[in-house]
Amino acid sequence: MSRGALVKGPDARGRFGGYGGRFIPETLMAAVEELEVAFDAAQRDDGFRRDFESLSRTFSGRPTPIYRADRLSQRAGGATLWLKREDLCHTGAHKINNALGQVLLARRMGKRRIIAETGAGQHGVAVATVCAKFGLDSEVYMGVDDMARQAINVDKMRLLGATVTPVDSGSKTLKDATNEAIRDWVTNVRTTHYIIGSAVGPHPYPVMVREFQSVIGREARDQMLAETGRLPTVVVACVGGGSNAIGIFAPFYDDPVRLIGVEAAGRGLRSGAHAASILAGRPGVLHGSFSYLLQDGDGQVLATHSISAGLDYPGVGPEHAFLHDARRAEYVSVTDQQALSAFHETSRLEGIIPALESSHAIAYAMTLAAELATDDIVLINLSGRGDKDLDIVRGAAGV
Amino acid sequence: MFARLRAERRLALIAYLTVGYPKLALTPALVEAAAGAGAEAIELGIPFSDPLADGRTIQATSQLALKAGVTVAHALEAAKAARARTEVPLLFMTYLNPILAFGLDRFCRAAHEAGVDGLIVPDLPPTESADLRKTADNAGVDLVFFVAPTSSEAGIEAACRAATGFIYCIAVTGVTGARAQLDPAVLPLIQLVRRHTALPVVVGFGISRPEHLAALEGKADGAIVASALLDAIAQGPDDATARVREFLTGLRPPP
Ligand SMILES: Cc1ncc(COP(=O)(O)O)c(C=O)c1O
Repeated sequence: MSRGALVKGPDARGRFGGYGGRFIPETLMAAVEELEVAFDAAQRDDGFRRDFESLSRTFSGRPTPIYRADRLSQRAGGATLWLKREDLCHTGAHKINNALGQVLLARRMGKRRIIAETGAGQHGVAVATVCAKFGLDSEVYMGVDDMARQAINVDKMRLLGATVTPVDSGSKTLKDATNEAIRDWVTNVRTTHYIIGSAVGPHPYPVMVREFQSVIGREARDQMLAETGRLPTVVVACVGGGSNAIGIFAPFYDDPVRLIGVEAAGRGLRSGAHAASILAGRPGVLHGSFSYLLQDGDGQVLATHSISAGLDYPGVGPEHAFLHDARRAEYVSVTDQQALSAFHETSRLEGIIPALESSHAIAYAMTLAAELATDDIVLINLSGRGDKDLDIVRGAAGV
Repeated sequence: MFARLRAERRLALIAYLTVGYPKLALTPALVEAAAGAGAEAIELGIPFSDPLADGRTIQATSQLALKAGVTVAHALEAAKAARARTEVPLLFMTYLNPILAFGLDRFCRAAHEAGVDGLIVPDLPPTESADLRKTADNAGVDLVFFVAPTSSEAGIEAACRAATGFIYCIAVTGVTGARAQLDPAVLPLIQLVRRHTALPVVVGFGISRPEHLAALEGKADGAIVASALLDAIAQGPDDATARVREFLTGLRPPP
């Protein structure tokens, strides 16, 4: 397999290797086809690209810097750690990149109403933000458990004019919020665009989200070359649905750079209370695509657990399933406790409070750095900031 | 499946039951009761944890059945037991993942052996269906596809080309669940579908009242009643078989 093929993927049916596809009710079929056509046209349209780039700069605050985390590196002992500062994006996470791209597409398609699901609330806040900016109606579905643990983001969404609709079915977290968003879409598909928040869902969502998030990796690659004169040895990112990871990975596909995705091990992979879809799941179909999935022997989707709401999801984007099987990326996991330690260490040693999601990437990077040589470089995607997580952290250990 | 009815140009009444609702042991008896009360085919829903084309009612019945431990193997046994009691066509309706987990080939053969005549898989569009179509065909079970009010002409054509058994015509832009009104826009949709296929055209989603059936009589070949029937079962603590009989005969009085 040539590496170039990775970047171009998926094929015409939306398949990354065998993964992906379009497993959706017929009612949504025409809308998803319309979206694919609109996305293809937008990608070829210089005007669209200009709008996206200009707003990324003036509204989202791009480019975000890369930052050499000296004290964290010292603590880890070994390779030098660099952080890609997506926490400095407007709204506090990488989610704005995708929300902005998709809202521009929705406008092109003439859709006046936007719906979204959210777990940590970062995607919901990003969607509420771009909808406020463009004067569009937005409704965000969120599990009631997540509304409780990420309450600040619920307030923000409402402040921004979004309707936040509680979802109390099933696990009461991201999976069920996604189910409800899809049911809304099935009902209001003629007027409504669904902004999925990660690199999941039916084709063309996974490739579209990757393209909008790839700005992270393109910037980081140029910045590493400019700051250090070389590419990183390893790139590390946390993986919920996989959007921040795919965004930083994709521009490095052709480079001799290790790519490592960090899944949430929750209370441990053997505890059953985790969200490590690739490490502990089997391929299956959920939310429109075929990918690794935490499921029981009967094909029922399992309940998940992670201290971070944004990683608390039983599926994963199909491109990650492919990267895993093709051995182009490695997937590992980090427990709640390890992520919490990294959260505290990054706060104390660097003056940066990371999101609990991103803390998973930091935790693994620190372990890895200790095993690498001192002239190796580990680039970590710091996907978001941790203000939203203070209640959880206080509850877990005390600030 | 509905050759006789089409010859008579009469609307077939199709009843949907969630396997294991309200209790697994009752499912075969409920099938028999529905058939006795005028249902000319029965859809057996195999519960799935994430039924994203379903509204509140079927979400709730599925959750209840799953909590009680109902599996695909149970559904196969229930179908077999139902088949021993009645001759009406039986269809499984479930999402793709439980079928994938069971194994396409193993599932289709087991369904056929249990006396199941067809499969309905709401998250499987024709474009993704090549494998299941082949295994279903080999096992001798029909595979039904959907058309919706939002379908493109190409989508309708694809469903008609892929389907065996019948075409499932979705009456509403939305998820399952009883509705007060039947959208008259379904009638031209049926006409459009008939231009692409000689297969029977069956209407479902939202159907709950006698006047809905009356509106479809002579236009469609069948009508599926699901959530409204399950709602009727849910309303009574008493005998579920009596509820099924009562609801279905109320929906369409025996001739
Ligand atoms: C800061 C942050 N990082 C990561 C994630 C996980 O999502 P993904 O895997 O799509 O990047 C989330 C999701 O809410 C998030 O808020």
